[in-house]
Amino acid sequence: MPNHATIERSLSLLSMLALLVISIGGLVEIVPLFRIETTVEKVAGMRPYSPLEQMGRNIYTREGCYLCHSQQIRPFRDEVDRYGHYSIAAESMYDHPFLWGSKRTGPDLARVGLKYSNAWHLAHLEDPRSVVPVSIMPAYAELKNRDLDLTSIPDHLTALRKVGVPYTDTQIKTAIDDAKAQASGVDADGLLARYPKARLGDFDGQPNRVTEMDALIAYLQVLGTLVDFRDARLDPGAK
Amino acid sequence: MSTPSTSLAPAGSIPGLNEAIVRRFTLATVIWALFGFAAGTWVATLLAFPHLNMGLEGSFGRLRPVHTTGVILGFGGNALIATSFYVVQRTCMVGLWGGKRLANLFFWGYQAFLVIAISGYLMGITQSKEYAEPEWYADLLLLVVWVIYFAIFAGTIARRREPHIYVANWFYLAFIITVAVLHIVNNLAMPVAITGTKSYSAFSGVQDALIQWWYGHNMVGFFLTAGFIGIMYYFVPKQAERPIYSYRLSIVHFWALIFLYIWAGPHHLHFTSLPDWTQTLGMAFSIMLWMPSWGGMINGIMTLSGAWGKLRTDPILRFLVVAVAFYGMATFEGPLMALKSVNALSHYTDWTVGHVHSGALGWVAFVAFGALYYMVPRLWRRPLWSIRLVEWHFWIASIAIVLYITAMWVSGITQGLMWRAYDAMGFLQYSFADSVAMLHPYYVIRALGGVLYLTGGILMTINFVMTIRQPASREDKAAVSPAVTA
Repeated sequence: MPNHATIERSLSLLSMLALLVISIGGLVEIVPLFRIETTVEKVAGMRPYSPLEQMGRNIYTREGCYLCHSQQIRPFRDEVDRYGHYSIAAESMYDHPFLWGSKRTGPDLARVGLKYSNAWHLAHLEDPRSVVPVSIMPAYAELKNRDLDLTSIPDHLTALRKVGVPYTDTQIKTAIDDAKAQASGVDADGLLARYPKARLGDFDGQPNRVTEMDALIAYLQVLGTLVDFRDARLDPGAK
Repeated sequence: MSTPSTSLAPAGSIPGLNEAIVRRFTLATVIWALFGFAAGTWVATLLAFPHLNMGLEGSFGRLRPVHTTGVILGFGGNALIATSFYVVQRTCMVGLWGGKRLANLFFWGYQAFLVIAISGYLMGITQSKEYAEPEWYADLLLLVVWVIYFAIFAGTIARRREPHIYVANWFYLAFIITVAVLHIVNNLAMPVAITGTKSYSAFSGVQDALIQWWYGHNMVGFFLTAGFIGIMYYFVPKQAERPIYSYRLSIVHFWALIFLYIWAGPHHLHFTSLPDWTQTLGMAFSIMLWMPSWGGMINGIMTLSGAWGKLRTDPILRFLVVAVAFYGMATFEGPLMALKSVNALSHYTDWTVGHVHSGALGWVAFVAFGALYYMVPRLWRRPLWSIRLVEWHFWIASIAIVLYITAMWVSGITQGLMWRAYDAMGFLQYSFADSVAMLHPYYVIRALGGVLYLTGGILMTINFVMTIRQPASREDKAAVSPAVTA
C-alpha cells in the first residue's frame, strides 16, 4: 500500500482521486445503457403521446401522482394477475421523465388504460371515496374547473422533440387542434391517423371546455394500451 | 504512518476565523429542522386522515417534496455546511477562504434556492424526480451556489497550516464533489421556454430511471452518509475526548465507501425494465457496501473505548453514539433489502419508507443534533441552558423513532404479503383496496411518531434560544479574542 500521507497532504491529489473513484461505477453502469441496442427493444404499437395525453401527463407529474402510484409491473405471478403483462422498456421510451415510481400507496397504473370508463375516472378523481370507500387519495375535483393551457402545447412538443421524441412538423403544427379533437371526439380523423388508439371523448362531462381533467383522464386511458400483448412483436420498421 | 493531529488549539488562535457564518448556518439548520419535521408530520397525518386534505396546493402529492427537500437539503444541507465550516477552520488552523462577503453570499444563495424550490412545489412546479424536484432555473442557482461552496471549502484546505488534511475533511470533500457531479447529470433538461418553469428531462424511460436512481441512491450515499460521517469524525472524538479508534480503518473505509456506493443505485430498480446485468451489478455492490459502512460504524463507536461510562451521564455523546449505532443498523438493513428476493417483497411498500427513516431520524438527524449541541455553546460562548432538556429531547426522539420504524415495518411487510397472497382456489386473496384499509392504524402510529420527533426538535430549539439569550459569562467574554471579533 503506497503511503497514504502523500494523498492526504495534497488537496489536488485527494480531490482528483476522489473524483476518479466516484466516476467509475456510474460510467460502467450508465454509459452501456445508451450503447447496447437490446436495452430498449422497439415494439410495434409504441408512439409518442398525443398532445392531450402529454399535457395530462404533465398534470400527473405536477400533482405528484407518481409518489403513490407506480407505473412499472414486475414479472411476478401476482403482479401479472393483478395489473397485466409485466412492463417492458419500450413502453416508457417516450417518457421524459420516466414515471415508474417507487411506492404503491395506491395501485400500479402502468396498464390502467381502458380498465375503467371515463365516467368512473371522473367520479374517482372528483371524490375518490365515492367509488372506493377506503381510499386515502386526495380529491382532484378542482381540475374540472381549470382550463387546459392549449396555446403552449406546440412549445411542449418542440421541447420534447429536442430531447428525442420523434414529433413531426405536422404533429407540432396541428397540436392544438388535435388536443381539442381528442377532448371532443369531433373531427378526429387526423388525430387518429397521427396517434393511433387515442381515446376520444368528452372526458369531464363539459363538452364546451378543454379542462385539465380532460387531459389527465386522456392520459390515464392510454397507459399500457399501445402495445398489444396478445400479439407482441418487434417493430418491423425499427432498426 | 503518522496520525494527523486533531488540533485542540483555542479558536482565538486561528487567523481570520469566521464564526459568524457558522452561527448563521447553525440557526438555519434549526429553523429548517422544525420546518421539515412539521411538514413530514403533516403529510403523515394526511395519509392517516385523508379528509384533512386542503385543495391541490395542500395535497399529499405537492407537500411530500416540501417535506423531503425541507429535511434533506434544508435541515441536512445546512447542518453539513455549518459543521463543515466549523470543522475545516479548526482542523486547518485558518479562517475560511474568500472572506466574509463570499461566505454571506453563499449563505443567502443557498437559502434562496431552498425557498424558490419549496415554494415552487406548492405551485406545482416540479421535475418529478425524487429528491431532484427543483426545476431547471433553481437547479442552475444551486449549481452556482455549490461551486461557491466548493471554492470556499477547498480554498480553506489549500491555505491550511497543518501538513495533513484531517479525515473529516476527506469525507466533506468527497461529498461536495460527488453531489456536484450527481446534480449536473441528473438535472440535464430542456426548458419549454426560457421564460417558463417547465422542462423535460434529457433522458427517457430506462436511461432516465437509472440516472435518477444513481442520483437518488448517492444523495443518500454522499449527502446523507459521507458528509455526516465527516461530522462523526470530528464531533465524536471531541465530545468523547478520545482519539479516533483506527486511522488505518478510516483510510480503508473512506476509499471503499466512495468507490462502492456509486454502483448501488440499480437496487432501486430490481425486476423493472432495466437490463438484468445492471440490476445484478447494483445488488452485488450493495452487499459489498455493507463492509465499509460497518468499518465507519466500528471506527465511530470504538472511539469510545475507555469512555463508555460517559454515555450514562452525557446526553450529547449519547446522541452521537446512538446515531452511529443507527447507521450500523440501517446499513445492515440496506444490503438486505437490496437482495432481489427480499426486494421482491419490500419494494413499493412502507418497509422502504421505514428503512429510510431509521437512517434519517436515527443516524442523520441524531448525529446532527449531537453536533449542534456541541457547537452552540462554543459558538455563542455561553453554557448550554439545560442538559436536562437534552435528556428529554433524546428520549422523546428515541421513542418517536421506535414508533415510526416498527409501524412501517409491520405495515410494509403486511402490504407485501397481502399483494402476493393467493387463496385456495388460485385467485388473488386481497383486492388492492384491502391493503389500503389495513394501513390506517399504522399510519396513525407513524404520525404520532412524527409529532414526538417534532416535539423533540422544539425542545432543542427552546434550549438554544435560552442559551443564546443568556448573558455571556465573564470568563467566556475574555475568551472572545480580538482575532474572533476582527
